[in-house]
Amino acid sequence: MKHLIDIQELSTNDIQELLDIAEDILKDPVKYSEKCRGKKLATLFFEPSTRTRLSFEAAMYELGGNVLSMASAASSSAAKGESIADTAKTISNYADIIAMRHPKEGAPLVAAMNATIPVINAGDGGHNHPTQTLADLLTIYCEKGRLDNMTIGLCGDLKFGRTVHSLIAAMARYSNVKFILISPVELKVPSYVKKDILQQKNIEYVQTTDLEAVMPELDVLYMTRVQKERFFNEEDYLRLKDSYILTPEKLKNAKSDLSILHPLPRVNEIAVAIDNDPRACYFKQVYYGKIMRMSLILKALEVL
Amino acid sequence: MNIDSIKNGIVIDHITAGRGMEIYHLLGLDKLDCSIAIIKNVHSNKMGKKDIIKVDSDIVIDTNVLGYVDPGVTVDIIKDGVLVEKKRISLPSEIKNVILCKNPRCITSTEQELPHIFRLTDPKNRVFRCIYCETKAD
Repeated sequence: MKHLIDIQELSTNDIQELLDIAEDILKDPVKYSEKCRGKKLATLFFEPSTRTRLSFEAAMYELGGNVLSMASAASSSAAKGESIADTAKTISNYADIIAMRHPKEGAPLVAAMNATIPVINAGDGGHNHPTQTLADLLTIYCEKGRLDNMTIGLCGDLKFGRTVHSLIAAMARYSNVKFILISPVELKVPSYVKKDILQQKNIEYVQTTDLEAVMPELDVLYMTRVQKERFFNEEDYLRLKDSYILTPEKLKNAKSDLSILHPLPRVNEIAVAIDNDPRACYFKQVYYGKIMRMSLILKALEVL
Repeated sequence: MNIDSIKNGIVIDHITAGRGMEIYHLLGLDKLDCSIAIIKNVHSNKMGKKDIIKVDSDIVIDTNVLGYVDPGVTVDIIKDGVLVEKKRISLPSEIKNVILCKNPRCITSTEQELPHIFRLTDPKNRVFRCIYCETKAD
């Protein structure tokens, strides 16, 4: 693995290797604290994303490495009209690895095609965000002890949420995984996701609008935000918004070992009262995200 | 109808009837000085009707363009009046700068120098996708 642009480029063995490294980091972080001594990560963020950038930077610091970061896209040479290709060639002379976020789809691929150092896609518009999906996989793997034989509920905006599509594609690799897709009719999973992934691989899935009705079946509940701007009219939004807010009452019939995930940031779709429930994993997911990025950096830099 | 046989050049045969002009333009044949014949609606035992293009010049054509527009065409290379090679053109695995990505969110929409590359992702349904944003070609 030289670059990571799209999680679909990773084989199941590659993913397992990343999970194994991550598990070992969790067990003995000190062992890894000097692995990247003398190495530099350049975080090229052409749009703001504080959490992802800080997660990458924290990951590199915890490996003993250093970070080069540009203040903002507005102050970068991109604002002067420099191409992604030229930026990638230039930064290759300063750093050992690049983490790039860009509003345009495919920008990190262009960087990877031109850089002489590994490029990790830290999000390209609404297209790919592979490190979020890897963080989700590590969370499920650590919390459930497996990635197969489970029922995953995905709830909220399943139409526009790229994390949802990417997680479905990634989890569809594992055997006996059933998906329950919970959303308002307006925000159902796009037909190409159903056709190209679920139906093509003959994977069991159910579509529903009723979160509470399917709650007892779920091993994992992946919540996403229903955003007001996705609706054509406010009336529909107001009618539907509370149906997809997770409250302690809605968890009454849930399994005792359910794992609740959310890619964050949360607005109001998970009641704060749930934060102390042992089934809430969304802040642990942030921690796992950092560990997974450490694993990725180690593998990309081949310093294991 | 008589069209002289060519001495040194190429014959693009088995073009789906009606696609001859499109291929003529896509291959940039309109920019050549040599004699070119576009023969439309020629009787064919296999196809019923077909188009044929004869180019009286030893040029190199982009077979990926041909394969994308009309897989199944054949290209005959003629040298000194003799057929020296017959190529059957199949669907290409990748096409470069043949079609443009129309996704306004694609990096190609802002970086003008980037080649527009589409890759064959589903040969059965002839689906090509932009390598940058995965948008399906029309």
